[in-house]
Amino acid sequence: MEFQLSFLASGDVPSLLLSGLMTTLRLFCGAWILGFVVALALVALRTIPLAPVTMLVAAFVAYHRNVPTVVQIMVWYFGMPAVLPEPVRLWVNHSDTEFLFALVALGLNVSAYMSEDIRSGLRAIPHTQLEAARSIGLGAFAALRYVTLPQAIRISLPPLINRSLILFKDTSLAMAIGVAELTYQVKAIENLTFRSFEVFTASTLLYLAGSLTLMGIGAWFASHYPPPYRG
Amino acid sequence: MLDILHRYWTLFLVGSWPNGPLGGFAATLILAGSGILSSFPLAIGLGMARVSPLGWFRWPATVWVYTFRGIPLIMIIFWAYFVMPVMTGYKVPPFATALCAIVVYESAFLAEIVRAGLHGLPPGQIEAARSIGLSYGQAMRHVILPQALVNMIPSLVNQFVSTIKATSIVYIIGVEEVTFAALQVNSVEMTRALQTFLVLAGYYFVACASLTYVARRIEMHIAQRRMQPAGQKTLVAGVVESAG
Amino acid sequence: MIEFVAVEKWYGSYRALQAVSGRVQPGEVVVVCGPSGSGKSTLIRTINRLEPIQGGTIRVQGHDIHAPQRDINELRAGIGFVFQQFNLFPHLSARENVMLSPTKVAGMSRKDAAELADALLTKVGLAHKINAMPANLSGGQQQRVAIARALAQRPPLILFDEPTSALDPEMVGEVLAVMKQLASEGMTMMVVTHEMGFAREVADRIWFMDAGQILEDAAPEAFFTVPRHPRARKFLADILLPRSGAPPLSAGS
Repeated sequence: MEFQLSFLASGDVPSLLLSGLMTTLRLFCGAWILGFVVALALVALRTIPLAPVTMLVAAFVAYHRNVPTVVQIMVWYFGMPAVLPEPVRLWVNHSDTEFLFALVALGLNVSAYMSEDIRSGLRAIPHTQLEAARSIGLGAFAALRYVTLPQAIRISLPPLINRSLILFKDTSLAMAIGVAELTYQVKAIENLTFRSFEVFTASTLLYLAGSLTLMGIGAWFASHYPPPYRG
Repeated sequence: MLDILHRYWTLFLVGSWPNGPLGGFAATLILAGSGILSSFPLAIGLGMARVSPLGWFRWPATVWVYTFRGIPLIMIIFWAYFVMPVMTGYKVPPFATALCAIVVYESAFLAEIVRAGLHGLPPGQIEAARSIGLSYGQAMRHVILPQALVNMIPSLVNQFVSTIKATSIVYIIGVEEVTFAALQVNSVEMTRALQTFLVLAGYYFVACASLTYVARRIEMHIAQRRMQPAGQKTLVAGVVESAG
Repeated sequence: MIEFVAVEKWYGSYRALQAVSGRVQPGEVVVVCGPSGSGKSTLIRTINRLEPIQGGTIRVQGHDIHAPQRDINELRAGIGFVFQQFNLFPHLSARENVMLSPTKVAGMSRKDAAELADALLTKVGLAHKINAMPANLSGGQQQRVAIARALAQRPPLILFDEPTSALDPEMVGEVLAVMKQLASEGMTMMVVTHEMGFAREVADRIWFMDAGQILEDAAPEAFFTVPRHPRARKFLADILLPRSGAPPLSAGS
């Protein structure tokens, strides 16, 4: 097995790798933002004291935590078009919607986990905080928004960063439906050139760079924003 | 959906067995189970290396853990698929390749569970064990590991759940587990894709949700057993009177 | 039995032990007392090398404990140590806790070790709890098992690190009673404690420590009635309830 670093600079290889990396990053950022927003919505929904709402949210979370991510992507990509109304389905069949479906699937998947992480953070805040917020006249939602949630997010930061790391790695699952992210391109280059070792090494290093960056961000947050004193 | 389930449930459950290799969800569980079991001894070694006072055990273990936690499982599978025929000189069947990839992948996560388990014991335990003359190895074997392993059980069950979900990607190198079965069904029943994949999701859901529940029950049971007996103070005050 | 020669210990830039010197003779009971942070727990933890030292020498039975050819496990097997937090092994019964060192370190057969364990547990008053698990024992009972565990090593000396500080007051007595009995049998003991009544009754000598130094080394009568060092006087005044006029000491004097 020879290792030729120069191979990585030849032909289409750099542009393929780069486009794969860009797609990975776009997928990651898009899914993360969608996930975080939906997670906040789920947390807010849980404050509504209606049993059907709570049960729906619980079912949503349970589904996304117990079904593998790639299966969730498949349910969206293969399953959803069948139930969409006719004109939408035609548009879907004619466009490059793999990326969109992957993003939605990954985003909702991560939102379920994030909402649970934020909930644990909320549970860690002493009840007296909520009492104090309510006694100055804030409603349930306002109390959540201005008092408990900001504190909860700080406590939840470690599991949230861990979940971001998992999301970053899960972007590779999108290749199963044909999204041209980094792993897909690695396979494509390998099929073209049969030079597995160099391209695997390059992509491994790229993934490690991303993972270690995320872990580093986690460590930085942990040291600069230690969990607040609970008095 | 029930129709799909009714027609193809054997395919989902055991693949083409007995007319072919064992597949379906049975293959999923066997792959996940044997992956974790095989990885565990390696993980104990790695976990102990991670807390070792000796640098040249600690650093390689740390690099191993960070590396295999930092790349997607599918990259590890591709590496295994590429490296193993070269290493062994044989064309390795997909199931074995996937199993090796999973063993390596899980070792990094299990090692962290072991490390947390070792750290979770009060430092007084290792001190007391060393004070009665036990060597580091004896202390680990007779005092630390028996306690740490029991505490780890809920985390280990949760990791098993994660592994079951992780196996869903191995169909890509040709392993005939349950996701593969679903894709086979989908290629036949193309108009009922949603039902097919929801049935697939259902298999995973039932298995994972039940195991997660079991893990939670075990955790509660262990927490109950750890309650301190009456009469042990936590506050130290200056004692004034002799108690002769 | 124990000899400290100019022992120095640092935690980073903090000097925990300053040129500590002293001797404990065989059969002596030495009580080490002093305010928090004085280094008294640190001092006894250096004897079985739970804490390393940066300077000076410590000798047990004439041998330097830091000599390179000295096997650390052998050293520790020859010294009994009783912890403030008992540190019993929760997955083993009382008997198995006591049997662990004789079987694994001294190589005793399980039968002999079991007999030894039963005898020692009876000696500390726990014959009825031989098969109990630590979670089912009170604090005082756990500490007595810990003492039996130390005795199982047949050590020539036992070290006690605040053995009663984590106990509810009504259980302190049962543990001190066992310690008194050991002292009367001639065991060499070094005890870090706040129990001044015990010190007065049982100790042969008292070492008063503050800020990493032994400031006073005297017989109990002398120490309690005429403390020489000003910080010792302050310590005694703080720790003992003053009664009208008389030099303070509570019941038992």
